[in-house]
Amino acid sequence: MLFAGILGALAFATARLLQPTPARHGAGALSKDGVDIMRALVPALLAGALPPPGAARDIAIAQTIDGIGVAMRGLAPIAREELASLFSLLAFAPLRIGLGGMTASWEEASVADADAFLVRLQSSRWTQKRAAYDALHQITFAAWYANPQSWPAIGYPGPPRLT
Amino acid sequence: MTTPETRATPAALTATAAGTTTLGRLAHTAAPIVDPIRAGLLDGWRVVDASTLDRDLVLEADVVIVGTGAGGGIAAETLCDAGLTVLMIEEGPLKSSSDFHMLEREAYRDLYQESAARKTADKAINILQGRCVGGGTTVNWTSSFRTPEPTLAYWASTFGIDGFGPRDLAPWFDRVEQRLGVASWTTAPNANNAALATGAEKLGLPWGTIRRNVRGCWNLGYCGLGCPTNAKQSMLVTTIPRALSRGATLVTRARAQRFVIRGDRVDALECQAMDASGTTPASRRITVHARAYVSAAGAINTPALLLRSHVPDPYGILGLRTFLHPTVVSAALMPGRIDGFSGAPQTIFSDHFLQMAPPAGPMGFKLEAPPVHPVLAAITLPGHGRQHAAWMQRLPRMQVLIALLRDGFHPDAIGGRVRLADDGTPILDYALTPYIFDGVRRAFAAMAAIQFAAGATSVQPVHGAGRSYAGVDAAKAAIGGFDLRPRATPIVSAHVMGGAPLGPDPRHAVIDPAGRHHQIANLHVFDGSMFPTSIGANPQLSIYAIAARLATGLAQRLRG
Repeated sequence: MLFAGILGALAFATARLLQPTPARHGAGALSKDGVDIMRALVPALLAGALPPPGAARDIAIAQTIDGIGVAMRGLAPIAREELASLFSLLAFAPLRIGLGGMTASWEEASVADADAFLVRLQSSRWTQKRAAYDALHQITFAAWYANPQSWPAIGYPGPPRLT
Repeated sequence: MTTPETRATPAALTATAAGTTTLGRLAHTAAPIVDPIRAGLLDGWRVVDASTLDRDLVLEADVVIVGTGAGGGIAAETLCDAGLTVLMIEEGPLKSSSDFHMLEREAYRDLYQESAARKTADKAINILQGRCVGGGTTVNWTSSFRTPEPTLAYWASTFGIDGFGPRDLAPWFDRVEQRLGVASWTTAPNANNAALATGAEKLGLPWGTIRRNVRGCWNLGYCGLGCPTNAKQSMLVTTIPRALSRGATLVTRARAQRFVIRGDRVDALECQAMDASGTTPASRRITVHARAYVSAAGAINTPALLLRSHVPDPYGILGLRTFLHPTVVSAALMPGRIDGFSGAPQTIFSDHFLQMAPPAGPMGFKLEAPPVHPVLAAITLPGHGRQHAAWMQRLPRMQVLIALLRDGFHPDAIGGRVRLADDGTPILDYALTPYIFDGVRRAFAAMAAIQFAAGATSVQPVHGAGRSYAGVDAAKAAIGGFDLRPRATPIVSAHVMGGAPLGPDPRHAVIDPAGRHHQIANLHVFDGSMFPTSIGANPQLSIYAIAARLATGLAQRLRG
């Protein structure tokens, strides 16, 4: 598995860490760790796209995280396990710090912390870190822009009415 | 034939593009949309959703066909018309126009392999491939090209494939074009496509209009999400309904696991029911006995099925030479509205950069335009945060071109290799070589030049962190210095070909020129995996025509 290589290379881990945490969020396939991580990363990925701070923004973030969980269920089992493994790895503090240089915990991370973490993955020469960035990018943007709440801001009128 | 068929003045195209959708829609609103699938089900078609099975099944037919896309659909109709009993096995669900709501969140999940997130092993290439009744034809953008002559000439000279010249295939192209309504698109292109014509014309590059397999098209722009009006003449609304009306059986949400080989023949096909989500195997099994077995599961899945079946592969070629038309993207901002989400998605092309060198020369590429829907745009544009949001907020002004690189003709573009994961699902290794990246670099430069010539104020070659450029010189200078390597440049594919190639010589081909497996007498391959190179054009029409010929031959042998 792709992201398991990160682990081997850093020699940090035990096999236990490859097991995604059993807790599930809502109807989706996202673990509790995954929810915490995406709660930190979504505001950075979608900076400039989310509503201003307030109830609407909180709902948008929650809907995006729900959408990520639902989207994960549509992946092939191997791809789903890879993403689950990525979240398990990132939940492990030494790897979070080692891979993305983020010292704050996911619960405490600011948008700037999360953005710096994402830029470290994105600009890495290490293809596995770029793969992790791409996975977070694809699943987050797919979840947000599939949501009609995102459409007014981008001038997309939605599909035409047939009747 | 890749020569432009009709030419209109770009000014006329641009002037009329804006009003077309509304007019087209008004003209059709009076007629109710009839869903031919729901009507057929009420009529008693034999269709089984394997996810609902409460027991195992054993079925029999003259011919079992795995996959219901371009190859499987044509084969089903051809064999039924010859009076043979046909069973179709499809891994995806049966969805039809009543289910097609033009919503990306539904369509990618329901109609595409791995929710449209299928990828090469190193995650460098994202592959859009259908997985539903009708396969890729249910979700493609309707572009219909005959196999380019240089491609057929290369097959003859390099692989000794005789009888596949343009004149040999012409009657088969005529036949499927008539069957599927392939015709010149005479409606004005949408502004996204018109910009390709305008830019190419200004630069003196040849361009043409794309023929489409539609009847009574409303020009909505949502072909990729399942046609909601049944105008697209996909397998879903043409050959498959006819086969079912003539007594064929269709089993959906069933994954063909393996052919059981005994000696030099297939003895049975074993299938696994999938769960309702379609991604995970369920417990029920379906066993099929037939006189002939056709794999039409598409490239990647057909070689994987043959690998799982341990069919003889004495020369170790099965799954090799899998081609993708690696595709790169260039996004531009135009001064006015483009609304690339509206109107027929793909109607203009340029083959200038395919024709300037022979296929085995520097990598050629075909230029086309894609639909610009929010999710597709958002996952393709690189970077995140404010820069990404700023591009998305200009979605209506975004004009997008794609360059499809022609792989399979040069020693440094030998395609990928399909192998199996531990759970038996396919993995595709595909090496992006310096030769391919040389083509990518020239494609970025060509697309930026066309977009600026068409009036772009800013162009973003989709690469790296996603910088944009305000002029053609700045863009070309930057592109010349791009660090091109896997995953620094997002690459996509919508055309998967090869892996079980056709040819007379078993050292280089898995199937013979009649579509029969070289070692297994009653096993046939009728899908895009039979191509010995990429096509160098959108492949659906090549699959239709060659599958029609091969299936006609199979019917004659079974009836004889």
